[in-house]
Amino acid sequence: MAVILQTKGLNKVYRLGGILTSTRVQALNDVNLTITGDRPVIVAVVGESGSGKTTLARTLLRLETPTSGSVVVYDQQVAGRGANPSRKDFLRAVQPIFQNPFEAFSRYRTVDTYLTETATRVADLTGAAVQEAVAQALTAVGLRHDDVVGKYPNQFSGGELQRVSVARALIPKPHLIVADEPVSMIDASRRMIIINLFKRLRDNEGRSFVYITHDLATAYYISDYIVVMKKGQVVEFGQAQAVMADPAHAYTRLLLESIPTTRQRWPRPARNM
Amino acid sequence: MIRLNDIVVSYHIGGREIDAVDGVTLEIPDGCIVGIAGESGCGKSTLMKAIYGDIQSPMRLSRGSIEYGFSGSDGRPVTSASARQEWFRTLSYIPQSSMNSLNPVIRIREQFTDFPGAGPDKRRVLAQARDYIGKLGLPPEAMDSYPHQLSGGMRQRMMIALATFLQPNLIIADEPTTALDVVVQKDILLLLMDLQEQMGNTILIVSHDMGVHYQVTKRMLIMYAAKAVEYGDSDGVFAEPLHPYTRMLINSLPTIGDDRARDGIPGSPPSLWSNLKGCRFAARCPLATDLCRATEPALTEHRPGRFAACHFAGADLPMAGGA
Repeated sequence: MAVILQTKGLNKVYRLGGILTSTRVQALNDVNLTITGDRPVIVAVVGESGSGKTTLARTLLRLETPTSGSVVVYDQQVAGRGANPSRKDFLRAVQPIFQNPFEAFSRYRTVDTYLTETATRVADLTGAAVQEAVAQALTAVGLRHDDVVGKYPNQFSGGELQRVSVARALIPKPHLIVADEPVSMIDASRRMIIINLFKRLRDNEGRSFVYITHDLATAYYISDYIVVMKKGQVVEFGQAQAVMADPAHAYTRLLLESIPTTRQRWPRPARNM
Repeated sequence: MIRLNDIVVSYHIGGREIDAVDGVTLEIPDGCIVGIAGESGCGKSTLMKAIYGDIQSPMRLSRGSIEYGFSGSDGRPVTSASARQEWFRTLSYIPQSSMNSLNPVIRIREQFTDFPGAGPDKRRVLAQARDYIGKLGLPPEAMDSYPHQLSGGMRQRMMIALATFLQPNLIIADEPTTALDVVVQKDILLLLMDLQEQMGNTILIVSHDMGVHYQVTKRMLIMYAAKAVEYGDSDGVFAEPLHPYTRMLINSLPTIGDDRARDGIPGSPPSLWSNLKGCRFAARCPLATDLCRATEPALTEHRPGRFAACHFAGADLPMAGGA
């Protein structure tokens, strides 16, 4: 069985303020997660702002160096003491998708240049194989090659552009895609198109995902595992269905009770005014 | 009752007029919370600005009128022209981003008296305000703070305190909880509901989160590409949506504990710059026929109190793949 994702004693401390007056912010506090298996999985990381979920994503992507601890992704150590993968090896194994696709792509370049550059520089493809890989990736996300090539970001809707960034991430055939709030900028009517795409890529293309979100309903819908974070700590971790059906931690219960669902209205506590 | 009579709100951009709100006619009853939902760019914030009377170039009210149905502080009926004089008194606004809306360089207590024509008796107003924010769950010391010293939830509570302090007849809340975490969001929404019940006034609340609408609103307006496409009591809209857009939108929402497959709505709304003909949802609608592509449906009453702009309002949708 492969180690899909493992963090051991992961800590990240940010120092804010001046030299003498700095305050410590513990963005990750002893995060230990182990997910093993042979089948690809979707792991949701949920929590409020400041819970450390984005720091965790950035650590998995080697965009942050942990203060201590280590990270293993698909049997490859990517962070911590002794982790020294080449940039290319790492990007072939782990790829990012960011929150705002309009910020992820430059306004002054056509989006297909990002796809071909990923194919040549990361996946080491040449010649006809480049266009083939680009076309294949675009097909996988449900876009037509001719509808994308030669266009600038402002010619797409947010949902379409986010699908282009998913296609870009697929080109090196990574084991793991880390998606930080990939649907929060996308209109509700088209959000499920991206969410269903992740599910399809897991089942048909064998890609695993770390899905960072504050939306518990979509996390429930697609994830195999769920990680609930609060103030840098993992307060609950387990199979998504089991955690949501029977949350063990009071904080998970509080989050679940606070979701505005369309099924049942909140009880109204009496208030003295 | 607030009446919108066929209003068109347009922006003058690059020598052309674009109608961001295109012919909306509505009656909003007094004393309830009304939700406005729709995609980004559908005109919901523009409509709110027009009702708030915040009509400034390049935006203008190019057709129609708004009847507010209540009198201003001078005793005369409020109109679009006089709405601006009523801000914070009979008409108030809760914006999305409280950090950008509170004045960062003066203390909160000064902001309670910082509007044109504030009464002369500042000390009494402040004593009342200090008392009032306590009822809203804020410590009295918060009055002496600068905005940056308060958390996001406290600032949004403070915006609500400012907007409701003078018991206005109408409050417009544009995405009031979007920037907040779910736990704080729930507190703020319950507070707004309690305040509305106590004051008996009307609150218009814009949100893209249908869950928020289900929890807090009595009536719902759904907008699509500058048009009002569905309007009715929220229970009815959620139980039996009449417009295919509303129905597909509600069906696309995943729910915890429900494992059925959900589908998004493929495609995007038409550009308002293009030459629009027929129903604006037709390109994304599984029910669309030649009639829809040729003739624009009007917002009509299909059931008592339930309006929809659709030639096939209430018709069953063909089953989507995988559902």
